[in-house]
Amino acid sequence: MEKRIAAPEILAETPAVPATANGWRWIGIVAIVVIAAALPFGLSKYHVFELTMVMIYAIAVLGLNILTGYNGQISLGHGGFFAVGAYTAAILMHRYGVPYWATLPPAALTGFALGVLFGLPALRFEGPYLALVTLAMALATPQLLKYFDTWTGGQQGINLVKPEPPALLGIDRDRWLYFVVLVVLVLAIRIAANILHGRTGRAFVAIRDHPIAAAAMGINTARYKTLAFGTSTLFTAVAGALAAIVIGYVSPEGYSLFLSVSFLVGSAVGGIATIGGAIVGGFFIQFVPNLANDISDAAPWAIYGLAMLLFMYTMPRGVVGTLWPWVMRFFAARKTAAPFAARRSERA
Amino acid sequence: MKDVVTSKRLIVALVLAGIFATAGGGICLSAEYSPGAGDNEIKIGNTMPYSGPASGYSAIGKSLSAYLAMINDQGGINGRKINFISRDDGYSPPKTVEAVRKLVEEDQVLLLFQSLGTPPNLAIRGYLNDNKVPQLFVGSGADQWNDPKRYPWTMGWQPSYGTEARIFARYVLDNMPDAKIAVLYQNDDFGKDYVNGMRSGLGDQAGRMIVATQSYETTDPTVDSQVSALQASGADVLLTAAIPKFTTLAIRKVYDIGWRPTQFVNSVSTSVGSVMKPAGAEKGAGVISATYTKDPSDSRWQDTPEYQDWLAWMKKYNSSVNVADALAVYGYATAQTLVAVLNASGDNLTREHVMRVAASLHDLRLPMLLPGITISTGADDYAPIKQMQLQKFDGNSWKVFGDVIKGSSR
Repeated sequence: MEKRIAAPEILAETPAVPATANGWRWIGIVAIVVIAAALPFGLSKYHVFELTMVMIYAIAVLGLNILTGYNGQISLGHGGFFAVGAYTAAILMHRYGVPYWATLPPAALTGFALGVLFGLPALRFEGPYLALVTLAMALATPQLLKYFDTWTGGQQGINLVKPEPPALLGIDRDRWLYFVVLVVLVLAIRIAANILHGRTGRAFVAIRDHPIAAAAMGINTARYKTLAFGTSTLFTAVAGALAAIVIGYVSPEGYSLFLSVSFLVGSAVGGIATIGGAIVGGFFIQFVPNLANDISDAAPWAIYGLAMLLFMYTMPRGVVGTLWPWVMRFFAARKTAAPFAARRSERA
Repeated sequence: MKDVVTSKRLIVALVLAGIFATAGGGICLSAEYSPGAGDNEIKIGNTMPYSGPASGYSAIGKSLSAYLAMINDQGGINGRKINFISRDDGYSPPKTVEAVRKLVEEDQVLLLFQSLGTPPNLAIRGYLNDNKVPQLFVGSGADQWNDPKRYPWTMGWQPSYGTEARIFARYVLDNMPDAKIAVLYQNDDFGKDYVNGMRSGLGDQAGRMIVATQSYETTDPTVDSQVSALQASGADVLLTAAIPKFTTLAIRKVYDIGWRPTQFVNSVSTSVGSVMKPAGAEKGAGVISATYTKDPSDSRWQDTPEYQDWLAWMKKYNSSVNVADALAVYGYATAQTLVAVLNASGDNLTREHVMRVAASLHDLRLPMLLPGITISTGADDYAPIKQMQLQKFDGNSWKVFGDVIKGSSR
């Protein structure tokens, strides 16, 4: 078997790290969740809204990471699946009066089903060819949304009723939606980690690294590639539904090709074969265009491009993909030096 | 107000007179402010597609900034400088929501002015009305900005598509009472606004006079079959409610099959360079449309003081935009409307009062609107411009004719 299978990305994520480091990781995760829960009370409503959008983009990028990072299938069409989720939620809320929270499972289901359907023809395409097929999806989305205007409201889109927070909690709408999205994000990360760190995830990675070897080992590549597509679009569609709920409006102009490209950029900047990278990607998608605009009115996209180049040049595996191994090595080194290193070796 | 130019002084006088007559005086002795206004500054927010597929409209944003810069150089409005914050939304509604929340909550603007595009404005209408922030002079011709009952904080500016269609209907009723009308329209809200406007303009004659309608999709390669079907209906008037490309195709096809109806095209598709010339100058001769602004390339205006003021401003403040660009005229005139409203609001710069002033304009005349066209609003009339003048294409350029026609705003 070729050496290629043991790609460093796997090392970065999967249990090759010592058990105590895993303990540290849990402490880190709990700390992050606590901070995330406390954050909205120290920020203005607008910043809370911005962070909510960051988390939504993070869920979308997480979906893309599963497909592109772990399974090696490049998608330029995830903006389209984001739109599918958004419109599923919008149509259910607007036409059928479904409460906003109940639109998430149908959005997930639609995203999954469409992703699987899309994944079937995608089996025949690889690398740049698949990118082109998914590009078609991204290009067609705004026009399809306009075409089926009895359902989608055409160019005018659909205005949604803003969800009301439960009166019991006494918090405003922005903070309430922040927590709704935070819970979905935590769930999404947990589910993604379970899938990716288990048997299915190893199959995804094996197919990415060497499809022939994977098939020879008995992995049903067609099935797993389709599954990767469906899982990926499920996450992205849920993100789309959340975005529709938070923004309160959907229309074709919001889901152009540029959104798909943004997802891919966010994914690459964060680290395509990581879970944590999705959050970095969310921050990038939300803040870098605005920052670029603040720096230069005349050429914001040149600044954006420069930021992208800078990230990719200094951290070619993405922020998390590059830094995470360093963090792990740091803790691993400390553990060996620390007094209870002995205990660890006992256990081993 | 001592250093404003003459034409501006006239406007201000007219506005003040109008407002005092209708609203019964609005200036309080002590200054009152909402967020965004103060003794030295008024913050105005705006969103504009400086990037993305609709970035051609950014000439409007540049013109707004340029006009307000001139006002500031002249001393501002009642001693207050305008801080015009215009953010790029790329014509993407989610971005518009974000930008507008930033403008309202972080930058703390007094009001939103001339945000561009139908979908972006629909996306923010609920938010602005919930928070009682004026959404003034929306940059869109859709019919729905005149809905003060449901959206008392949202007001349009230009004649809506429906108003324009009712002006065509008025002309047909007055001049060709026995006409048989065919309508070719784009199958979306934009096209349907014209069909509905035509119907409501014709009133109880609509059923008799409209003999055929055909729609097209923007993805259609041609409109040949639609035009043939409309010809077969025996109509002698054709209204084409289409975007430029399809208007060109329709004009050419109508001529080529030997059909010679009286043709109306909507004002969106009247560019000589991109619609009439490509259709073939002789094929478009005689086509009728409507307009409400002065065409800066029309030699009739070039010796008038209004045009000279405009040209001087274009050269000094707005040199990056083409002098012949109709969008610059549009930006100039909308900015003047805002300035008139703020001037008339005096020292009472609360959102409620500014909105009330905007909703009580009376025969406001602007230098670059066609003579006879004025701006009027009321508590139940949020459609500032309701008049247009018809124009006919003579094979080279458009020539206005007849009187200014008023189309009801609904």
